[in-house]
Amino acid sequence: MLARLGLTDERAASLTRDLNTILEHMSVLAKVDTSGASEVAGVGAAGMRLRADKGPSVPLHEPPASFAPEMRDGLFIVPRLATHEDTGSA
Amino acid sequence: VTVAEILGAIRAGKSSPSETVKEALKRARSADEQDQLNIFLARADRQARDHAATLDADARARDAAQLFGVPFAAKDNISVAGLQVSCGSKILAGYVAPYTATVIERLRAAGAVLVGKTNLDEFAMGSSTENSAFGPTKNPLAPELVPGGSSGGSAAAVAAGIVPIALGSETGGSVRQPAAFCGVVGVKPTYGRVSRHGLVAFGSSLDQIGVFGTDVADAALATKIIAGRDDNDATTADVPVDDYVAALDMPMKGVVVGRPKEYFPAELDPRIAALCERALDRLRQLGAEVRDVSMPHTALAIPVYYVVAPAEASSNLARFDGVRYGLRASGDGLRGMYEASRSQGFGPEVTRRIMLGTYVLSAGYYDAYYRKAMLVRSLIADDFRKVFASGVHVLFTPTTPTPAFPFGSKSDPYEMYLSDIFTCTANLAGVPAISVPIGRVGKLPAGGQFMAAHFDERRMFGAAGALERALGREAHT
Repeated sequence: MLARLGLTDERAASLTRDLNTILEHMSVLAKVDTSGASEVAGVGAAGMRLRADKGPSVPLHEPPASFAPEMRDGLFIVPRLATHEDTGSA
Repeated sequence: VTVAEILGAIRAGKSSPSETVKEALKRARSADEQDQLNIFLARADRQARDHAATLDADARARDAAQLFGVPFAAKDNISVAGLQVSCGSKILAGYVAPYTATVIERLRAAGAVLVGKTNLDEFAMGSSTENSAFGPTKNPLAPELVPGGSSGGSAAAVAAGIVPIALGSETGGSVRQPAAFCGVVGVKPTYGRVSRHGLVAFGSSLDQIGVFGTDVADAALATKIIAGRDDNDATTADVPVDDYVAALDMPMKGVVVGRPKEYFPAELDPRIAALCERALDRLRQLGAEVRDVSMPHTALAIPVYYVVAPAEASSNLARFDGVRYGLRASGDGLRGMYEASRSQGFGPEVTRRIMLGTYVLSAGYYDAYYRKAMLVRSLIADDFRKVFASGVHVLFTPTTPTPAFPFGSKSDPYEMYLSDIFTCTANLAGVPAISVPIGRVGKLPAGGQFMAAHFDERRMFGAAGALERALGREAHT
């Protein structure tokens, strides 16, 4: 549901097998003693700073209407929500 | 052909940017149309010819611009206004970038001319280019084998002699691994060293744009040009950029080269191990001290990487939903449209990673997988911190556990993931790394990797340049 992928039953079954195999390899992580470790990844890009809180400074070469699937009056057009939306499954 | 040779010919009046670019475009066409290597997803013939013509008329730039008239290629996940940026995916097929990445602007400002966009594993997820929606790239040195990935097209473009430099992107080794497989130089700069403005995001705490070069000098020059603070990428660091080209003359006497035992496991291809030992011997002969060190958490890097990278990918790729750009497929209502667009647009590996990433981030599993992986990641980063604090200047390891492999030979996803075993640690720790050719296994190239402390590209290039000179022709035989 969260991945919004709409998989067929057949595809979902083979994917489940793949993911179970992959996750089995991940189980080694559970055995690692991380009691002294900090969650901060510490990738080390020292000196980062935030830019000014304003819109993007880069003008687009083409307007969004040139690449949007559907646009009208400056708005992206999407299909209506279906009434059974909340009962759907991934 | 190296950058120095191209510049020499242009400055001596023996060639011009237009002639140089015309030759590169001809080689690009021939590689794909006659040799069927499938290197380029889009060629930029018109843009390249127009750009070269403006350079022809610019006599002042000829002696000043560091890459005057030098052709280059860029991976097709880096945006260039007016050209497609497909990311090797059906979901972005035909999508034309509305702006240009900072790295492209910087190379162009130095006089380099973009000739085309290169093939890649879909959204840079893979180690062979077999995951490209537009067919795999073949290794120019052995067309029955993969060129590596995910930046396989860029590696092949340099290896085939089409361009002396090319841009790729790295999340877990996607520049260094194909560089090793294709016998060229591949650089992953420090996290924050090079702007990612205009790079389509995959794993935001891991991604860096990297460089392929015919030799270390070309790679060092291109890295120097693209490095540095960019106001359009808040993750670029305010750290001065050293002269990486001048660093190539760094004497090796007194340099401490760490040899981490975990990167030389019993299962390592013995022929690659032997080439690494020869390289270490050459470094010793140059006066370096080779020191055995241990980085005990190395074996955990692949499990950590394949939790963290898919988690970030599942979030970054949520934007591809058929609303603002890319493929839209019709379905029942809004959610049906999302699901139809994404299931038709994404290939199997991308789907697998989105599912994996969504799973490890979901409530109930977050602590067991994602949080745990981030904690172990900090232990891997600590291994690097400790080894560099102990007086080691650079680390030397093999780049890959094997040379290039045949198409279709790795059908188990996890087996393919193991191709990144020696490279993904640098991405997890954020340190710079380079792969340089160190010899051949039969006819296939092997790569050796140097890694250095954060922002110490200077010493990394210095050691790589010294090894390249010491090996001479042995690096390619």
